[in-house]
Order: sequence, then structure tokens, then C-alpha cells
Amino acid sequence: MTSRRILITGLSTHWGGRLAQALEQDPAVEAIIGVDRRPPKVELQRTEFLRVHDSHSLIGRIVEAAEIDTVVDTRMVVDSIVTTPRLAHENNVTGTTNVLAACSGAGNPVRKLVFKSSAHYYGAERADPAFFTEAMERTEPARTLIERDVVEADGAVRDFATKRPDVTVTVLRFADALGPSLRTSLSHLFSLPGIPAILGFDPRLQFIHEDDVAGCLEHAVRDDLPGVYNAAGDGVLVLSEVADLLGKPLAPVLPPWGTGLAASVLRRVGVRLAPETLGLLRYGRGVDNRAFKATGYRYRYTSRETVIKLREHQRTAAIVGSSQEAYRYERDLEEFLRRSPSVRPSARDAAPANLPPGERRGSAVAEAGYDDLGADELIALLPSLEAVALAELAAHEREHAARPEVLRAIAGLQGSEDSG
Amino acid sequence: MAPQPTTSPAPAPGTDLRPYLPGLEPERQVNDWGRSERVEAFFDRTLTEFLYRLWFRCEIEGIENVPADGGALLVSNHAGALPPDAAMIGKAIKEEHPHPRPLYLTAEHFFKGYPGFSMLLPKIGAVPAHPANVHRLLYDEGQLVLVFPEGRKGTEKLYKDRYRLRRFGRGGFVEAAMRARAPIVPIAVVGAEEAAPIFAHIRPLERLTGLLYFPITPTFPHFGLLGMFGFLPAKFRIRFLRPVRTDDMGERPWDDKALVQTVAQDVRATIQDELVEMLGDRRSVWFG
Repeated sequence: MTSRRILITGLSTHWGGRLAQALEQDPAVEAIIGVDRRPPKVELQRTEFLRVHDSHSLIGRIVEAAEIDTVVDTRMVVDSIVTTPRLAHENNVTGTTNVLAACSGAGNPVRKLVFKSSAHYYGAERADPAFFTEAMERTEPARTLIERDVVEADGAVRDFATKRPDVTVTVLRFADALGPSLRTSLSHLFSLPGIPAILGFDPRLQFIHEDDVAGCLEHAVRDDLPGVYNAAGDGVLVLSEVADLLGKPLAPVLPPWGTGLAASVLRRVGVRLAPETLGLLRYGRGVDNRAFKATGYRYRYTSRETVIKLREHQRTAAIVGSSQEAYRYERDLEEFLRRSPSVRPSARDAAPANLPPGERRGSAVAEAGYDDLGADELIALLPSLEAVALAELAAHEREHAARPEVLRAIAGLQGSEDSG
Repeated sequence: MAPQPTTSPAPAPGTDLRPYLPGLEPERQVNDWGRSERVEAFFDRTLTEFLYRLWFRCEIEGIENVPADGGALLVSNHAGALPPDAAMIGKAIKEEHPHPRPLYLTAEHFFKGYPGFSMLLPKIGAVPAHPANVHRLLYDEGQLVLVFPEGRKGTEKLYKDRYRLRRFGRGGFVEAAMRARAPIVPIAVVGAEEAAPIFAHIRPLERLTGLLYFPITPTFPHFGLLGMFGFLPAKFRIRFLRPVRTDDMGERPWDDKALVQTVAQDVRATIQDELVEMLGDRRSVWFG
């Protein structure tokens, strides 16, 4: 089946944006529609962006109205650092149910679903095999909220696949992704002056580069690949090797017993150890990535090269700062470029709205839904924000609720980013 | 310390995925199993070398029974508090074989949960005894894998029961070899059971320390944890026996549980008979 009308959820993630950019180049693709809570981070030429507060409940209507034949669902939250457990669960489980509902029903136009899952599906336990294949199950029940979400959502999608044989369903279980535009609990640990480790353990870890995440999704859109596939770079590294590659010492600050307790102490001093990361730091995880390679995909980076890329980014970012703020989504301008009769057809294909960060828009923060969050939830979210967004949020908070604990937390983070 | 794989292993893949194995990255010193050239070479030059040449004075027979390429499952008798036999078999292949190859050892999952062991054992070639691991090593990578089908029952064996092979489990190792179509090479080792004898087990201390077992040996526990390494200088003789082929047993021989059991029993009997013969020829525990 050739995909012509494509819906991408999670357009504002790195891979969502990269996937849309790649599909835009293909003249066979008639329409690309992206939804997300936040505006896209890359320039897009003909992709339509819909900013919806809780994107998933509206997807059914978008699918019907735009006659979508392919849904690429990249919205899964697989890292507890980027959001609160409540929001993550709502997004992962309720959201997936809604997406699946949007793909079913009589006369539904959807013929293909590409679902971004995670290798957290397999967990990280003592009795694990060294390389999980797609047919294997986890050896212990899920321990953390994120893992439970992943297992549940992944299972719901596979159920859907058996019930609807007329829809090509691809589930991609991605290893831990790393890259310049990603903030994950692992990239946070790797940015510390010493890599935290559990004393006496040197776990095996496998990574995938953020560009390969986009590449795998694109491959699944272009080819028909029904089934479940692991997606991970070649090679499994041990943690000490990762530390070597990053040029940092290994810091075995976590004791082998009472690890959870020590982790909560470290969290107090600002080392964000996600619960799902602790299992990885003890037992590690490797997956067998060969089935997806056999479908014709070639990974651009091995696990090792992914870590080397991360080191290069860490070194340049320390000198010239992050270059991620170059593009900024301006709704009216994008609308103008796509719709206005005054825009010449040739200009429509040229580089669009690329403006330097201008005046602050107070509404952006409110639209993103931060006002609905309690102070605790908001503080938990803060480390996932980039410097610009953090500044915006600080100004917004000062003007509106002005909760002292929130302001203090923001100030603390801004201080640490300046010094780091 | 090293049981055989038990549950049914790796999914039979529809397509042959062997061409898609990750390529070698020559800059790396650690492989995908966590095996480290550097750590291994260090032990090989020091402790293993000393034990092999001077302490146990290993004598090797039948090394030509270890195939020069392709996967093969090595099956040995097993005993001793902290068994030195695996290291000696690996060293024997490295020193005596015309085409030396690395040897992977399956070890009980226990080690992955125990700090220190978890870090060290994979670096010198141990992999958790999961059927999928054995299958990948034998079938996909064509490596040599050593299993001790007696498993813990062998390690825990008391001095008075020496050289009496325990049960060979449910024959999981045979199943693994059959699925990989790899030959089984039985090995008889004499000496290991005198080098690290166990006189008794203290069960309450086992539970208290979280160790797999808490034995009384000539040097443990009164010399502390290091006493675990206090091997007596028994003379080692390692005999590699004729390989048992598993690729001529029909289409899906592993489904035939009776056949699996029979092969497992045969391998066990071969090793036991060989041990009895070797013990009969032996004049001294210490000088061979």
C-alpha cells in the first residue's frame, strides 16, 4: 500500500518533525497532518500542524475529515523525566486507546498504523536473555509506571492488529534514544561530570540515534511491514565503555543494596534518576535488531557511534551553546504561507517562517496547558524544558499565579543551566 | 554455578537472520556479550597461567575433538566450591588447539544479581544460562559454549560423592545443541573435585548471606572470601571425547523428548565411564 494521506501524532518530537520533512519530499504523498501539544521545532513546508490540547480525543475527527490512510503514532512517553506520571499514563494508555478507536469503525479510511513503542516493554531483570527478540516476553511483571504503560499500550496495539487484519500494523520497539535534540533521563545522567553507576555492576546498554528513530519510522511508512520489530543500533556497550567514550569517569555512587533509597537521596540533590533507569543501571538490556534489518533498513549509527555523536554534541554545546532555538513556529505566518492567495506558488516551496525569537507571546504558555497543573506537577516538569521555554514559563508564572515554590524551582534550574 | 538451559529456547525465525549480525567494530575492546579482551588477557597472563602450568599442571588429551570452526557445545563434569574447571578448559583450548577460539561459559543467572560477579564474569566470557543465549552463540555466531549440565547439583556435591555425576536435568543442553545443529563434545575432568573439596553446607548462613551456597572447604570460611580461591594443588587431566553429532537426527529432533533424554543419558554415561577409567589409571591425586 502506498501512503498518500498521513497523520503524524507527536509532530513536535525530533523524529516527528524529521519524518514529516522526509515525507514532504515525496510527491506521492498528498497530505501530511501533524498534531501535538507544542509547536513543531523544525521548519515544515506543507505539513499542516494542529495544536490540540489533548490531541488524542480529536484524532478520530481529523482522520475522518482528512481521509487519512496512514497513522504514524509517535506520541508515546517512554521516559518519566519528560512529564508527570499522571499525564504520561493518560497520554500513553488513554491516548493509545483513542488513536486505535480513530482507526476503527465502519468505512474507516485508515489502512496502516505505525506505532512507536519502547524496549522498556522487555524490562531489565536478572533472568533476562542477553538479546530480546520480538517474540519474547518480559521475565518479571513491570515494576515502574512507564514500563506498565508501555506494556499496556503495546499490547492494545497488537490486539488491534489481530482484530483488524486489513490494516497493516507495525509496532517498533525502540531502544533508548540519544541525540542532540533529546532530553532523556539517560542523556541527563550522561551530561553529569561523572556517570552514576551501581557499585559492582557494569550493565550492557544499547542505544539508537534520534535520526535513526525517524529513519525507522519512515522505513515503516514506505514499506508494508506488519508485525513487531525491535529498533536499536548495532552493538551493545557496557556502561564503563559508555563512560570511556564520553571521556568521563564512572561514579559508582549507588550502593548495590538499598539502591532505591540512595537514588531518592540523589534526586534531592538534583540528579534525576528515573525509576525505569535503575533497572537498566543494574541489569542492562540488549535487543536483537536483526529482524528489522532483514526488512532492508540500514542503521546510520551503531550504539557506539551514537554515544560518540552525543559526546561531540556535549563538547560543542559547552562552547557555543545549544543551536536548537533557530526555528520558531509562528502560527499566523505559517497559515499565511500555506493559504494566502498573495503568496506566489514558487515562494510556497521556499524556506518558510524562520524568524529570530522575537517578542514573547504570553499565550503560548497558557495554551500548552501548564495552567492546569498543580505546583508539584509543574515543578516535576521543569527539567524537561529548554532554556527559552523556561524563561517564558517564569514570566508567565510571575504575571499569573506567582507561586513562590514554582518560581524558586525555575530560578534554581536557570542557575544550574548557566553554570553547566 | 552453571546449569543447563531448561525452558524451550529461541523462537525459530522464519528467515535466516545470521547475515544481519552486527559487524565488528575493531576499536572496541568489549564485545556485545560484555566480554572484554583486556580483562580476559590480564587473567590469562596471570592467575589462569599460574594455575594451568604450575598449580594444577594440566594434562590435555583429545583436543582434536574440539571442532576448528562452527558452533559446538562442550559438556563437562563439574565440581568444587568455586570451580576452576571452566577456566582450565578454556585455557586448554587456547594453548593446545591448532585454531584457538574463545570459549563461552554459561553461568546461573544468580551472578547477574550479585555485585562484583555481575561486573567481572561477563568480562571473562560468562553468559547467563538462558536458552536464547546458548542458541545465539551456537547457531548464529558459531561459537564454542561450555555447559555443566549438573549445574548447582554438581557444584554443591560433597567430597564424599566426588566423581559421581549428578542428574543431567531435563536435557536442555541437548535440545539447545539440536536446535543449533551443533555437535556435543563431552569432556571428562579429573582433579577439579579434589582441588576445591566441599565437606559440608551450612544452610542458614546461605540464606543469611544471600550466597548461592555456603560451603565448608579446606580454606573457607576461616580465611574469609579469599578462601574461596584456596585451591589444593591436585593434578588436572582434561580429556576431550568424541563429538556427538546432532545434525543427522531428523527434521525437528528436539520435539522428541525421549530422544533428547536418551542423548543426554548417553553423554552422561560416556563422561562417567571415562572418569572411572581415568581414576583407575591415576596413582596419586597430587601427581597424577
